[in-house]
Order: sequence, then C-alpha cells, then structure tokens
Amino acid sequence: MLDFSKKASVRTLAMLCLAGSCAAAARAGDVHVAVAANFAAPMARIAEAFTAATGHAVKLSSGATGKFYAQIVAGAPFDMLLAADDTTPGRLVAEGHAVGSSRFTYATGRLVLWSATPGFVDEQGAVLASDRFAHLAIANPKVAPYGRAAMEVLRALGLADALAPKLVTGESIAQAFQFVATGNAELGFVALSQVIAAGPAPKAPDGVTPVPDRPAVGSWWRVPESLHAPIVQDAVLLKVGEHNPAAAALLAYLKSAPALKVIRAFGYGP
Amino acid sequence: MTAADWSAVRLTAELASLTTLVLLIVGTPLAWRLARTRSRFKPLWAALVAMPLVLPPTVLGFYLLLLMGPQGPVGQLTQTLGLGRLPFSFAGLVVASVIYSLPFVVQPLQQAFEAIPERTLEAAATLRAAPLDRFFSVALPLARPGLVTAAVLGFAHTVGEFGVVLMIGGNIPDRTRVLSVALYDHVEAMEFAAAHRLAAGMVVFALLVLVALYALNRPRHAGREAPR
Repeated sequence: MLDFSKKASVRTLAMLCLAGSCAAAARAGDVHVAVAANFAAPMARIAEAFTAATGHAVKLSSGATGKFYAQIVAGAPFDMLLAADDTTPGRLVAEGHAVGSSRFTYATGRLVLWSATPGFVDEQGAVLASDRFAHLAIANPKVAPYGRAAMEVLRALGLADALAPKLVTGESIAQAFQFVATGNAELGFVALSQVIAAGPAPKAPDGVTPVPDRPAVGSWWRVPESLHAPIVQDAVLLKVGEHNPAAAALLAYLKSAPALKVIRAFGYGP
Repeated sequence: MTAADWSAVRLTAELASLTTLVLLIVGTPLAWRLARTRSRFKPLWAALVAMPLVLPPTVLGFYLLLLMGPQGPVGQLTQTLGLGRLPFSFAGLVVASVIYSLPFVVQPLQQAFEAIPERTLEAAATLRAAPLDRFFSVALPLARPGLVTAAVLGFAHTVGEFGVVLMIGGNIPDRTRVLSVALYDHVEAMEFAAAHRLAAGMVVFALLVLVALYALNRPRHAGREAPR
C-alpha cells in the first residue's frame, strides 16, 4: 500500500515537472551561440546576466572563427555567431547562411605584447628590438585576426624579418596565450581580453572593474592601434536562429548598457 | 607541391624514423621485462605504459608544455644540463612522440614475448645459452612478427600525430612544422587543393608502406610448416 502510494506520488511529481518545463519553454527559449575564443570570457559573463534578466538559457560554444564558418556552412545548429573578424560574418551573409540586417560590430579587439614575467615588457615595447628573448608567440597570421594584426605591428616597427626566426605560431590566439602563460615563449602578441580574463575574478557577480593599468600576471605593452588595422569583431544572426525570439533578444542585449560595460571591462574598444 | 610542403614531408620522415628507432631501443627491454616479470606490480607498470592513450593529444601536449617549460621539472633539468629547453625544437618533438607512441610499440612486443613458451627458453638454457644469448638468438627471432608490427605502428602513429606536435611545436618551418600541421594549416586557410595533395600523398604512402611490411611479415614457408 505504502509502495503504491509512493509510486503514484512519484508519477504525479514527474507529470508536474513535465508540465512545468513545457510552460517554461513557452515563456523562455534556448539560444545557442558560437563565440570566438578571445570573447569567450566576457560572453560567459554577459550570458549569465542575460539569463537572469530574461529567463532565456544561453548555450555557448567557443572556438576559432574559421572553424565555425566551416561548421555553419555544413549546417551546425548555432543561432548566432560572435566572430573574431568582420569578414567571416560578411561572407556568411553573402552566401545566404546569415541574416544581413542583423550584422553589427560588437567589439574592437585590442592587441597586447605580453610576458608572464613581471617587468619583462617595458611600456614602449622596446624589448622587441632586444635579444633578451628566444621565442615570440603569435596566432597564425594566415587564419587569426590577432595574428594578422601582430604581423602588421612587426612590419610597422621594421622588425618582421629580424624576428622571423623567433616566431612560434599558435593555431589560434588561445594557443599563443598558452605558449606565453607557460613561459615557453618569453613574449607573445595576445588579446588584451585574455590577459584580463587570466586575472582575479571580480568579487561581486555584476562587479565590473575597469581595464587595469597593469596585468594581474606578468607585464604588457598595449600596442597602439595606429600600428595595425583595427580588429573589428562582428556579430550576426544565423539562418537557424532567424525565428528564435531568444536569439533576437540576446542580439539586442549585446547592445545594452550592462553588456557594453562588460565588453569595455575586458579591454575591448567600441 | 611547394618547397615548404616538401620540407614538412622530410621533417615528418625524419621524426617518425628517429622516434621508431628510439622506441624500439627503449621499448624492447621494457616489453621483455613486462612479459617475463612475476612482480605484483605488473598491472601497474602495464597501466602506466597505456596512459598516453587516455589523455586527448592536445591535453597531453599541454602538460608536456608545462613539464618542459622554464618552470617545469623537465625544463629545469634540461636547462641545468645545458641542453636548453625542449618545446619548439625538433628534439622536443622526438621526446613527445616517444611518449605518445610508447604503447603502440610496447604492447605488440609484450604480446609477442608473452607468446614464447617458457620451455623454449629453458631448453636454450640447458644448451648453455647465456641470458643475453637466449634473448638475441631465441626470443627476438621468435618475436619477429611482433617486432615488425611494433615498428609499423610506432612509425605510422608518429606520422599521423597532430595534437601533441601542435601544442609543443609552435609550427616553425623546417624545424617543427610536420606534415600533419602543414596539412591542417592548408585546411584552416581554405587552401583545399594544397591540402588534398598532401592528404592524398600521405594516404598513398602509408598504404604502400603498410602493404609492403605486412607482405614481408607473413610467416615464411607457411605451407611446409603448417600442422597436418
């Protein structure tokens, strides 16, 4: 008797849960976002605030923009792409995989010359012309926007040929960061957002701290933007997410003041 | 194919050959010990040899980067010995490949050694063959098929290695840009024609080598020695 009633109550509970989740699904949706590796940390913060504000759940997949392009063309189930460049979203629009009117620049990347050793990098980046290092890490300039910008900086400084033997190339900016973080490369061109994300997390969940003067770990030179073409990062709604209200809401939220605050706090320009 | 691609081919051939050689030298005594030991710890040693199979290659590469880095124990050792640091060098790739391909060489050898009956070795001993002699003139010839399989697998696995070399190599032309990394580079840059050429070359080459080796590895005089 006792057993039976227990079973019945479990069943009722299960049905209630099912009904509940159906009701929730009607109100709030899922949005699946492909996000460039350099923007993964700020996006996680923005997604959390977005879910708290709207009830929509956000699934984040971070990786290389070029790989996302191939996956989206092959029918990957992403609602939107936050790319590391502006050419990939443009190409997706031109090829009919994305909604042209939704495309906008959500951030401009900032490049830093970073070392995991404090005091190693001076504030003018003069260390680049010294012989105090054996390896300089960059992202693959053929495929990664931050790598391309790094090569532009070396050419602008007239150091590209001299430093060619010292270059070690990561397949992405994330790998370039690992080379420097583990000390195997004394120096590397990485994204400012990565160095900020590697620092201590802010105490309050919404506590957005301004860009620090010096890195929490090591030393850096914030490369003047005059030395390379801007690293324009575009977001675009994909065909899969065209009729997903949660995706539209997230795209709008990316332009809101709380989101912009997080984007600035990770060192991105407008 | 471009000169850069040929350089990657040459580098890969050098890496795979050297790695296989080192693995046979290191792996043969290791496999012999594993096959013959009566130690309680045999399962532990066997498990340790299989460990490189467990970690995803890029993760294994990341930990090698930490171990061989300036703060890592291996990195500090190589620096103290005046050898410099291993990441981003050809020597580093060899060390990483030896670790990565170890189970592929040790396990076939171990199985081949385990298949040799104890009595055969005892018979050799009664004919006054010394332990080393027993190993070289009895065990090793009997384990020949295992030896060939081990060498083929070690070589092929190193040629196809990607995650580990990607992590600790740094994609340096003529030094650490091996075939798999060059191929991946072409795919990422959407240079598909160049990628197809390298991939097709790799597949055809591997097929030829494997067919040749497996043909050589067939038991000789199989017809005459077959049990009636």
